[in-house]
Amino acid sequence: MLLKIVKRPEPARAMVYVTPILALALTVLTGMSLFTFLGVDPVEALQNFFILPINDQYGLTELFVKATPLILCAIGLSVGFRANVWNIGAEGQLTIGAIFGGGLFVYFHDVDSILLLPAMVLMGAVGGALWAAIPAYLKTRFNANEILTSLMLVYVATLLLSLLVHGPFRDPDGYNFPESRIFSDSATMPILLEGTRLHFGTIIAFLAVITTWIMLAKTLVGFQIKVIGAAPKAGAYAGFSQKKIVWFSLLFGGAMAGLAGVSEVAGPVGQLLPSISPGYGFTAIIVAFLGRLHPVGIIFAGLLMALTYLGGETAQINLGMPVAVTGVFQGMVLFYLLACDVLVNYRFQLNFFGKATS
Amino acid sequence: MSTKDTGHPRLELKGITKAYPGVLANDNINLKILPGEIHALLGENGAGKSTLVKAIYGVLKADSGQIFWNGSPTKIASPHAARNLGIGMIFQHFSLFEAMTVTENIALGMPGRQNMSALAKRITEVSENYGLPLHPDRQVHTLSVGEKQRIEIVRCLLQDPKLLIMDEPTSVLTPQEADKMFETLRRLSDEGVSILYISHKLDEIKALCHKATILRGGRYISECDPTKETAKSLAEMMIGTDLTTPRHQDDSKRGPVRLKVHNLSTDSTDQFGVDLNLINFDVRSGEILGIAGVAGNGQVELLEALSGEALSNAPEHVLLEGHPIGNLGPVDRRKIGVAFVPEDRLGHGSVPEMSLIDNAFLSAYNTKQLLGGGLINHSKTKKFAEEIVAKFDVRTAGVSHAASSLSGGNLQKFIVGREMMQDPKLIIIAHPTWGVDAGAAASIHQAIIDLAEKGAAVLVVSQDLDELFAISNRIAVIAEGRLSVSRDIHEITIEQIGLLMGGTTGIASEKEAQSVA
Amino acid sequence: MNGFEWVVPVILTVITAATPLTFAAIGELITEKSGVLNLGVEGMMLAGAVAAFVTATVTGNYIFAVAAGAFAGMFMAFLFGILTLSLMANQVATGLALTLFGIGISALIGQDFVGVPVASLAKLNIAGLSDLPIIGPILFGQDALVYLSFVLVFATSWFLYKTKGGLILRAVGDSHDAAHSIGYSVLGIRYLAVLFGGAMSGIGGAYLSLAYTPMWAENMTAGRGWIALALIVFATWKPGLVLVGAYMFGGITILQLHAQAAGLELPSQVLSMLPYVATIVVLVFISKDESRIRKHAPACLGKIFHPAA
Repeated sequence: MLLKIVKRPEPARAMVYVTPILALALTVLTGMSLFTFLGVDPVEALQNFFILPINDQYGLTELFVKATPLILCAIGLSVGFRANVWNIGAEGQLTIGAIFGGGLFVYFHDVDSILLLPAMVLMGAVGGALWAAIPAYLKTRFNANEILTSLMLVYVATLLLSLLVHGPFRDPDGYNFPESRIFSDSATMPILLEGTRLHFGTIIAFLAVITTWIMLAKTLVGFQIKVIGAAPKAGAYAGFSQKKIVWFSLLFGGAMAGLAGVSEVAGPVGQLLPSISPGYGFTAIIVAFLGRLHPVGIIFAGLLMALTYLGGETAQINLGMPVAVTGVFQGMVLFYLLACDVLVNYRFQLNFFGKATS
Repeated sequence: MSTKDTGHPRLELKGITKAYPGVLANDNINLKILPGEIHALLGENGAGKSTLVKAIYGVLKADSGQIFWNGSPTKIASPHAARNLGIGMIFQHFSLFEAMTVTENIALGMPGRQNMSALAKRITEVSENYGLPLHPDRQVHTLSVGEKQRIEIVRCLLQDPKLLIMDEPTSVLTPQEADKMFETLRRLSDEGVSILYISHKLDEIKALCHKATILRGGRYISECDPTKETAKSLAEMMIGTDLTTPRHQDDSKRGPVRLKVHNLSTDSTDQFGVDLNLINFDVRSGEILGIAGVAGNGQVELLEALSGEALSNAPEHVLLEGHPIGNLGPVDRRKIGVAFVPEDRLGHGSVPEMSLIDNAFLSAYNTKQLLGGGLINHSKTKKFAEEIVAKFDVRTAGVSHAASSLSGGNLQKFIVGREMMQDPKLIIIAHPTWGVDAGAAASIHQAIIDLAEKGAAVLVVSQDLDELFAISNRIAVIAEGRLSVSRDIHEITIEQIGLLMGGTTGIASEKEAQSVA
Repeated sequence: MNGFEWVVPVILTVITAATPLTFAAIGELITEKSGVLNLGVEGMMLAGAVAAFVTATVTGNYIFAVAAGAFAGMFMAFLFGILTLSLMANQVATGLALTLFGIGISALIGQDFVGVPVASLAKLNIAGLSDLPIIGPILFGQDALVYLSFVLVFATSWFLYKTKGGLILRAVGDSHDAAHSIGYSVLGIRYLAVLFGGAMSGIGGAYLSLAYTPMWAENMTAGRGWIALALIVFATWKPGLVLVGAYMFGGITILQLHAQAAGLELPSQVLSMLPYVATIVVLVFISKDESRIRKHAPACLGKIFHPAA
């Protein structure tokens, strides 16, 4: 065979850092062809996509605003993925977190207390965790596949939100639109920088990243997660409980997604609407992989994916490009990353005239 | 043995060479098999036997060299082509499909379409004819290991083979089953079928084979007549150095009973599993008890009950120094001095992609106090891993490297070392030298004996009777979920063990004071 | 309230709802029987839906349109195949990537076609019998793809259990190492199975945009691809039971429309939740008997094949 794929004796550490960059480069190249095909100048399109959105201070803060829910969800997902627990329902957990947190405001809307917002944030985390507890229970008790159960619950959660904002959560003074009251000042995330939308949720996200990093690298539970994900039998040998780790990963992932949800509605969105997320919970999956399931990587990946959202909007305004291009880009990044990942565990070998070089 | 037909050897290999990155698996190998000859391919683990045989069967292509079939040069491009020539192969690890019937499995090994009901009839005929009876409609996962091997053999026989290659066929058979198979092989040889018999079991080769080709380190060493050699001379050709048997104190001082297993019965949750039935035995401090048995007779279930990976709600059936531990998990058992080396080193005894440091932490974090204030003490763990490597002569590029980068023997030494360095009161070791080179095997055996001498109670579960006879003080046999009475190693013969492995007599129950002859 | 007037329209809508599920699930069943878990069914269906719709709008030829749907699904499956079979990527992650990419690319391609009307897939008139009362339209007046879906189920069952090819496919899914040792091309067989699955998902998607609701909308599969995956588990990988499951789910999906018409007082969102909740319930019910799953699921499902000799 001319081109062979040969297994490496152990995973190549350097490749773990190189492959995300390689994947991005390939995505950009493919993107440029895509732009040309759409009748847009590729260089101008790249500029609009990646440079213009963050050209000024406001743009930069918008980057962090968009990245916050992505990072929060991705951090939660990464813990699960490491344990081989495939929580695909972050979008649903995010929604329920928004419902719980926002719902607290709906019932206490005339309370003006400094405790209201923290209570909402807590409820958001609880809500997300509860919604993730369902697939956790179904998996540990009935062996039901968590991919399918958590995903089905996304649809249920979205419908639930719709039901609530059309009904009990609807703003009585809102002209019958399906939306809740606008959140009062004591129910809104404090703004960090005057004149921007940068809010406290970003701080929460960074705290979550640091906490997760410590947990994974330094604690016993972090070690258990990694072992059970890599070799479940070795985990049993070491006495680690697979069920406990499944519960932990899903509850943690749900709580993080719930935090993302309440941060969004108490932050940039400002109220409960039928649609509060452009698919953050799903894009977070890409962020988690692109960030190599590592807290630091997830920050960078989150910022990058946030940029694709902003870039899509900018390109639409300036060049008339369809917004759907963002989704295509995001999917493409993950594809290329998975393809390049082969280089971590394998290398290519060219066979010329019977001699092998790699 | 007749050289009928052409007067040429049935199969001849000249100068076969095959290299992989980092290792020369076959270096200029010659081999000659005459029609009707039973020819042994002898060598220890890693000598290159599997590679050579895969080249013959068309699974891989040699880098250089020539293959002659009945005197004419041939290229064997695939297993399909090999089968067309008349070469049949019985792998060591069976290529069987568990969820399918015997007939379906055999049909898959044959080219083209099959009439399934006609095939089923043929299977019944041929299998009975050769003394290997098979029921064509049974699903493979319901069969014993010996029966599964029969499928492999019958599959070959139905295609009228001229050369039969058998890779370590008796590793899964009792001594009696092996004898029966030898009869079948001798019959085939009389009918003119050549047999290439791969093994490292010297007594078998001396009993069965007409000729032997010896490989060592990928190189051809010699061809000889095994009936004219001694086991020792064959072994020396195979290993290349003077054999040293492990230093062993037979009548070591045996202390009080450490582990007592009393009327242990389990219901296997696995549909393919074996239920344990009233297992009784004990192990004293300073003593090595060996449990022999063919795989699939309850070893996995017994090991899980002892390691804590399977918990019992009647904890008094497993007692450590008199205390019931049957409901304790692995972590708690380690805390009271139990250590465990599982059968699979990659994926069970270690996490392949994690470093040796992390793998050291895996079982030792409590006993070696590698956790401080809820956080992992990385430098202390690293030191422990380095101690293991030094003390047990583990060849590795460094403890930060992944477990998967170690060779089988070295990883096994690491895992055994990790467990032994936790100073256990009781250590349970499953298949200690499976797939391990002779040098590492010898040092592991010595380490086990030394540990027992220091006062630990040692339980070894293995399929390898030579190993058990070399290191155990007492031996018992597990068959179909039941355990025989344990006997002193000097008071039992291989033949008796063979009978017990076949499940005929000698079940140990608490009341049985008499051992079965 | 006239006796049985409602029966025929309800059954007709159930058939229309069940057919895309049947195609997608049968296709994925073949893929899974070979040992490959392709979670990208949703993405492949969307690709098929948009490709078929665009082709139908532009050419007016429905045979081209369905073929286009099949090819679109196959192309997506081919990408999946390269990643998981040749480059040995993790099948779960790649399937998710395929879904996300499919959602994105179908939205991009379809965006000029949102709201564009197109004629529904033509209904046939088998042997001129479609005018018979009750059984006429149900048995003899369906469109070609409905009949094809039934043929597909029987053909798949026959292929799997009565032919050598099906035996080999099942063997590859049972133990890819054993199949490789005997000399079968594990990757080749898996590629074929994956491509077939893609084509079927593509046709399932095409049916959605051409017959179920003849229109294109972003993300119009609304989770049907995932439901198809659950269906296969529910059917314990047997083609006949897949058909049963598809019709059960078709029924539940349609329930929402007809319940409202029947005057049921539940909010529409709750009724819309039914298919998803039902999927969870069914999954739990089937999965809790672990040994049953283990008995019927292809033993190598989801495992990466490393052809190291």
